[in-house]
Amino acid sequence: MTDAAQFKYVGTRPVRPDGVDKVTGRAAFGADFTLPGMLHGLILRSPHAHARIKSVDLSAALEIDGVFAAISSADFPEVTDSGDMGGEGGGSIKDLSDNCMARGKALYHGHAVAAVAATSLAKARQALAAIKVDYEALAPVMDLDAALAGDAPLLNEEMMTQGLAEPATKPSNIASRMVMGRGDVAKGFEEADVVLEETYRTPTVHQGYIEPHACLATVNEGGQSTIWCCTQGAFEVRSYSAAVCGMSIGSIRVIPSEIGGGFGGKTTVYLEPVALMLSKTAGRPVKMTMSREEVFRATGPASAARSTIKIGAKRDGTITAMSARIHYEAGAYPGGPVPMGCMSVFSAYNVPNLAMEGFDVLVNKPKVAAYRAPGAPQAMFASECIITELAKALAIDPIELRLKNAADEGDAAPYGPTWGPIGLKACLEAAKAHPNYQTALQEGQGRGLAVGFWFNIGFQSSAEVHVNEDGTVTVIEGNPDIGGSRASMAIMAAEELGIPYENIRVQIADTENAGYTMVTGGSRTTFATGMAVVEAARDVIGQAKARVAKLWQVDADMVEWRDGQALPKPGMNVEQEPMSFAEIAAKTAPSGPLLGKASLNARGAGPGFSVNFCDVEVDRRTGKVDVLKFTAIQDAGRAIHPGYVEGQLQGGAVQGIGWALNEEYVYDADGVQQNAGFLDYRVPVASDLPMIDTVIIEVPNDAHPYGVRGVGETPIVAPLAATANAVAEATGVRIRTLPLSPPNVLAALDAA
Amino acid sequence: MSQSTSNFAYAMPASITDTVSLLSQASSNGVRCQVLAGGTDLLVQLRSVDPDPRTIVDIKSVPEVSRVEVSNSERGVFIGGAVSAATMTHHEGLKAILPGLVEAAYLIGSTQIQGRATLVGNLCNASPAGDTIPALITNQAVCEIHGPRGARSLPVEDFVVGVQKNALEAGEFVVGVRMPHPSARTADAYLRFIPRTEMDIAVASAGVSVTLDDAGVCSAARVAIGAVAPTALLVPDAADALVGSTLDEASLAAAGRACTAASSPISDKRGTAAYRRKVVAVLCERAAASAAERARAR
Repeated sequence: MTDAAQFKYVGTRPVRPDGVDKVTGRAAFGADFTLPGMLHGLILRSPHAHARIKSVDLSAALEIDGVFAAISSADFPEVTDSGDMGGEGGGSIKDLSDNCMARGKALYHGHAVAAVAATSLAKARQALAAIKVDYEALAPVMDLDAALAGDAPLLNEEMMTQGLAEPATKPSNIASRMVMGRGDVAKGFEEADVVLEETYRTPTVHQGYIEPHACLATVNEGGQSTIWCCTQGAFEVRSYSAAVCGMSIGSIRVIPSEIGGGFGGKTTVYLEPVALMLSKTAGRPVKMTMSREEVFRATGPASAARSTIKIGAKRDGTITAMSARIHYEAGAYPGGPVPMGCMSVFSAYNVPNLAMEGFDVLVNKPKVAAYRAPGAPQAMFASECIITELAKALAIDPIELRLKNAADEGDAAPYGPTWGPIGLKACLEAAKAHPNYQTALQEGQGRGLAVGFWFNIGFQSSAEVHVNEDGTVTVIEGNPDIGGSRASMAIMAAEELGIPYENIRVQIADTENAGYTMVTGGSRTTFATGMAVVEAARDVIGQAKARVAKLWQVDADMVEWRDGQALPKPGMNVEQEPMSFAEIAAKTAPSGPLLGKASLNARGAGPGFSVNFCDVEVDRRTGKVDVLKFTAIQDAGRAIHPGYVEGQLQGGAVQGIGWALNEEYVYDADGVQQNAGFLDYRVPVASDLPMIDTVIIEVPNDAHPYGVRGVGETPIVAPLAATANAVAEATGVRIRTLPLSPPNVLAALDAA
Repeated sequence: MSQSTSNFAYAMPASITDTVSLLSQASSNGVRCQVLAGGTDLLVQLRSVDPDPRTIVDIKSVPEVSRVEVSNSERGVFIGGAVSAATMTHHEGLKAILPGLVEAAYLIGSTQIQGRATLVGNLCNASPAGDTIPALITNQAVCEIHGPRGARSLPVEDFVVGVQKNALEAGEFVVGVRMPHPSARTADAYLRFIPRTEMDIAVASAGVSVTLDDAGVCSAARVAIGAVAPTALLVPDAADALVGSTLDEASLAAAGRACTAASSPISDKRGTAAYRRKVVAVLCERAAASAAERARAR
């Protein structure tokens, strides 16, 4: 591990290389691509939340002049692969296919039922209107209570719950159950002086990225395809599209555009397979762009959840046992974030007796997608509320109670492994010492605190470092840049090579120009792809040193690399002037161009803990909650670019506050979302919020050459409970169901 | 899109007479026709809701509709049909005498939208939640309407007849709104409730105007509420609760209760009926307190 003081570029805050294009409007996003002869594709969506599709008649649409293709699920190969898609989203390829184009049943309002491609959007709309679909409307199941009722209508009449103690004997809406734990919770609760048990609920929320899904696809007569699209993972778009369309992975090239936010919601596919099949049918390129309404009705969202948590503790605050029973809505197909929820819910505490039970439940809503730390915000909203309630019951300071039980290096994580170095206690201590935690509160105000956690992942990444003949460098990698990763990669390459940041250009390449790289997700990019960039840069240095040794006619180990130049190793008795990187780069004759590369499976992603606290004021007559101050503290391992780490902390805080206060899907009795737009799906606007203060804690992760931990997901976890805890302090009334919207808060205050 | 745009027509008449004749002609020929002032509602509808062709009559070249007049005489205050919210929020004369109406205009959309959005457009759109409508009713505003049968006047509370329905007949348009110049010791205030701080639509709203006598007793009042019924409502019972009082807590609370009683809200994505009934009272109380403070300062 290198000491922070030795870094020249790591920890600095240069301007991001993609910044100029993004602020001037030059950057090309998903909807910015066109091709000659291009058609416009549109999707016909189910007007029912739950219906059997008896027939789809496309003939009238195909008769319209200018309509080149009209397709339904009958035009897609029947996918039988029930294997897991992998990634944070979860679910099977078969379900992915059915989600892209409904087969047999429409399972939510807005589910794709057919698609058309025509010479203009007006023609395409006309074609949609001409399609005749015969539906048998069924009763929709719109929440967990309805889905779990004994006589609930079934989304999938053949689905037997997996993971029950006794095999299921009849189908239900519960796709699966999982249990985890350790010790003996019954004994643990018996040993406790105080036991609390409460149920907490969180609503369906959307990731809320600004850029709607968009793609352009073209399939040629030889079966070669190209897709331009906005995605978090071009390689996943390639493999998913290949599987859904029955094409080979090698026949599809995916070119990722710049991306206007994803937050996990762009780790799957919706339009791409449809555009491919339309293009294949029409013999022309097809462009598809979702409206905001389509984004709400047919993409994302994050699971609604219900968590019943029990906690027992001694008078001195020692927690003796905790149990959780968590139901997640999966939406239309299995794949809610049940494992991650069960694994994260008690991650912050070192408690001997734990029991976690999770359920994956189908409802007639869009299939859920990953959203920053999927599963953890819902579960830890519950656990971080109840530990605050416990602190109140025991009259112990909420930070002290957490510190007393906090997980630390060497403890066993609730899901098995032993914690390496983690920053939870450091974050708690930083909160305690922070000036924002000392300020006095006025009447009607309250302060709340909560812990956040995310596992973070590593896995497959590739990178190349190409050295140009003037000593400038091109870094080529395959992770779409969402949060400033080009800047991080350039900083790490600059640090390794010892050359200025400005001399490095980072290229996000497509699936045929970058080595395989997993999705920008799981907070993995700076960690895993960063490792690949560092390794590729070290490969270049090795090649450069070998070249210099050849020129100097000495052994390679007699050459040293320092500050971007080759020097004779001290004590080796080599009489040579140092050679600069540019000089070495120009001398290609001895061994050809310098080209470093690395491909790896990054192990040892360091988990990330955070502590958030905030002050709120509640208008007791309208129920409106104003956030006055918010402080986000998080262990980043090592902040490569502290400005973009702070940006992650602030962005996560804002999304978490939105989840806590106003965001929710509002449905009518027929299962039709009533607020499918940003006017009534209320994410916070800038003027709603104070400056989000940040503190970066650095407890380095040994597995990364600079100590990096992922930072992108943890920030959204703590704000839900921090806000709810603050509202409870401000009002004296504990509300356990989100959102804390004005009508909900006022109703709770009036009922108290 | 190119094909369906072929039946679009655009006209920019330079006088009231020409505007009326264009509108009348279109209506007698069965051509769909809409008036364009700021366009912040019209263009959004055109692009995202209803792209069908129509004739658009842009009134911004009609001199009368761009006028703001502030007169102490019986002409009172006139705000033309194409006067933007931004013009109002930067107009010192209006801000001094009609702070509540100006704050209502300041709540339309965003800063960028306010550069275009007009007071009269907000009125003609006739949304139950339109911010300027209660504020106009509070100030006894009257619509000046021109049409094929000449000019007529209609109080704002009678102009809005239903959800997104106004009283304009074929060939008519609103040249502007006129209201009395508030006397000394008279002031207004407008408040709406939204879960955010901006870029939102009223869950409930209240406009209040009060006049104080030399002793500080309320001698006249008007109260109007929004987003709690199909149209904004004038609430005489709330005004009665204020008149004769020193606008103390008890009378404000009584006015609030009258607003609750007058409201007939729905439950929807923006709030429950029960919530709206409660909050409209709070808004009335707070707007009345604010108006009283302003009146005392005038």
